Amino acid sequence: MADMLKKVPVREQEPKVRAANFDEVCLGYNLEEAMDEATRCLNCKNAKCVQGCPVAIDIPSFIQEVKEGNIEEAYKVIGRSSALPAICGRVCPQESQCEGRCIRGIKGEPVSIGKLERFVADYALEHDIKPVGADSLNGHKVAVIGSGPSGLTCAGDLAKKGYDVTVFEALHELGGVLVYGIPEFRLPKEKVVAKEIEKVRELGVKFETNVVIGKSTTIDQLMEEEGFEAVFIGSGAGLPMFMGIPGENANGVFSANEYLTRSNLMKAFDEDYDTPIIAGKKVAVVGGGNVAMDAARTALRLGADVHIVYRRSEAELPARVEEVHHAKEEGVIFNLLTNPKKINVDEDGNISSVTVIKMELGEPDASGRRRPVEIPGSEYDIEVDTVIMALGTSPNPLISSTTKGLETNRRKCIVADEDNGQTSKKGVFAGGDAVTGAATVILAMGAGKAGAKGIDEYLSEK
Amino acid sequence: MYKILKAEKLADKIFLMDVHAPRVAGHCQPGQFVIVKMDEKGERIPLTICDYDRGAGTVTIVVQEVGASTTKMGSLKEGDSFRDFTGPLGCPSEFVHEDIDSLKKKKMLFVAGGVGAAPVYPQVKWLREHGINADVIVGAKTKDMLILEDEMKAVSGNYYPCTDDGTYGHAGMVTAMVEELVKEGNQYDVCIAIGPMIMMKFVCLLTKKLEIPTIVSMNPIMVDGTGMCGACRLQVGEEIKFACVDGPEFDGHLVDFDQAMKRSQMYKTEEGRAMLRLQEGGTHHGGCGHCGGDE
Repeated sequence: MADMLKKVPVREQEPKVRAANFDEVCLGYNLEEAMDEATRCLNCKNAKCVQGCPVAIDIPSFIQEVKEGNIEEAYKVIGRSSALPAICGRVCPQESQCEGRCIRGIKGEPVSIGKLERFVADYALEHDIKPVGADSLNGHKVAVIGSGPSGLTCAGDLAKKGYDVTVFEALHELGGVLVYGIPEFRLPKEKVVAKEIEKVRELGVKFETNVVIGKSTTIDQLMEEEGFEAVFIGSGAGLPMFMGIPGENANGVFSANEYLTRSNLMKAFDEDYDTPIIAGKKVAVVGGGNVAMDAARTALRLGADVHIVYRRSEAELPARVEEVHHAKEEGVIFNLLTNPKKINVDEDGNISSVTVIKMELGEPDASGRRRPVEIPGSEYDIEVDTVIMALGTSPNPLISSTTKGLETNRRKCIVADEDNGQTSKKGVFAGGDAVTGAATVILAMGAGKAGAKGIDEYLSEK
Repeated sequence: MYKILKAEKLADKIFLMDVHAPRVAGHCQPGQFVIVKMDEKGERIPLTICDYDRGAGTVTIVVQEVGASTTKMGSLKEGDSFRDFTGPLGCPSEFVHEDIDSLKKKKMLFVAGGVGAAPVYPQVKWLREHGINADVIVGAKTKDMLILEDEMKAVSGNYYPCTDDGTYGHAGMVTAMVEELVKEGNQYDVCIAIGPMIMMKFVCLLTKKLEIPTIVSMNPIMVDGTGMCGACRLQVGEEIKFACVDGPEFDGHLVDFDQAMKRSQMYKTEEGRAMLRLQEGGTHHGGCGHCGGDE
């Protein structure tokens, strides 16, 4: 029997072993462990966990099925709300969503909802349980831009309702941030991402890669010339931000997007692939979010000593708790309350060190977090050969600048209704990072669902 | 898959290919580029667009063998395919959006170096199609390396070939030719220089002195080509610009060429290793002790 106060522990690769490979860190539950953990669920009538889930999965119902060992049934319950459960079970910040609301969590640890979701989804992938699609097409053509979490969710939901959906992807692989951003050791590409996308394809969704909307064609042309009656924009976040400090264009300074894209999408960590990556011997990653953790742990696996340089304290780290924990276990060094001032460069244009300054926390700022303030005279140098900037992104203007009548806000994000994704342009809906700025996979999926609902309502009334 | 309908060798290590890519052919404009990926494990390589046929849905690209990936690409034949072919990327040349009548009043000078003749050609051709004759200087190391000569002659106003070794046309660098033309009394309103970074740098130093506004087309290292990675960033005046979405064409008098050239050297050792692996295969791992290939 499970300890009612504690989660059934999940098996992981040993930190020392995994710090030198790109295999998945968390090994997940087996059937016995999952059924055991499921007994901890109180099956609350007014379940708080469901309210914490951006796509409102009926969590108690699926866990009750797991408890009975009916995994296929459990998968169907999840499938009603989520198109990508194997992915969400791995990358959602459960501690601030479903698990954060769990009644069990008041006295002990919450039910391990994320790990249970992952178990059910992996079981479905292994046993090739197919999602249930529409019986026939309803004759409406919809275009989805971007094959990341919001686009895939939107496409899957619309296909289930009988829409003829085509997804346009700018890169050569499908998956968006799931393939270029999140590393293999956190989210396996072939075993999980490709298979989840295959399930969306099985629902009847068509995919076209290498189409950069705004360049290869435009939204107006898709609607006027190719017969798409509605469009969902899920094009994601865009241009990486830099600090604007001296030395930032030196050889060896990368955006986290570039570093991760080389390793994840282009598979530079694998000798068989042609794309090079400069692993670095001593690496400083600037930032404290999930992307910073991913970059740090990738550099570590490529053989570097890695420092996270973050200007606030540990309590403010925006990354998932599990990622910070894993990074520490693997040997990433955290230089907290520290901020880069300049990057020092040798005569060949390579980095020799980074000058940082110590910070202290002052009054809370607009985000509610205490504002970091420089401590005068506390500068010192960290000797590094590589600096990775993980500071977030600003929206890519490719679509907004080429679509007539599409409104953007002050931050250049597309303006869209939160409930149905409707933009300022008729028939055009949007969601995910293109609307909110950089956020999480599950929030993007929530926006994809809302967009699908909005498009369904729009085309049903048409 | 994107089928190669024609493959032709233009000069040593320089190849021309017509690729079937209707979406790119339907939308591309002078000044833009594509990214191609040969196979599953290949790199994403940015290449300039040399010509396009909207009706046939084809795009003409010119490839110069410089690293492992482009050398592999040079071995492709008619009937082979690229796994991926994305574009058109980047912004079209500025003149595409200009008023034709005011454009007709301008005297334009193009300076192409080496394979830079490939991206210059569609610009000069576009101008000719709109009733504008631009002067074109094309430089090459030697006569055999001069590419697209007949095509360029057919669309340009005055055509000035130059070779470094004097085997054809004017002997000497393209910069000397620019200077000579200006000395002869030609007045140019704008110069467009495309070629190796070192050539563009020296053309810009000269045209700054001559007070001729100059546009250059930058070809830094890129990964995605859609603004996502920032690998292609350049210092242009006070600003940092991304060549893939803000360019590739910039005001040449503002570009920091020295920094751009250093940045383009970033992967040289890595590229060198890949090249050796390709040329020498398994025998390379004999151990020179320097490149780490035998580790």
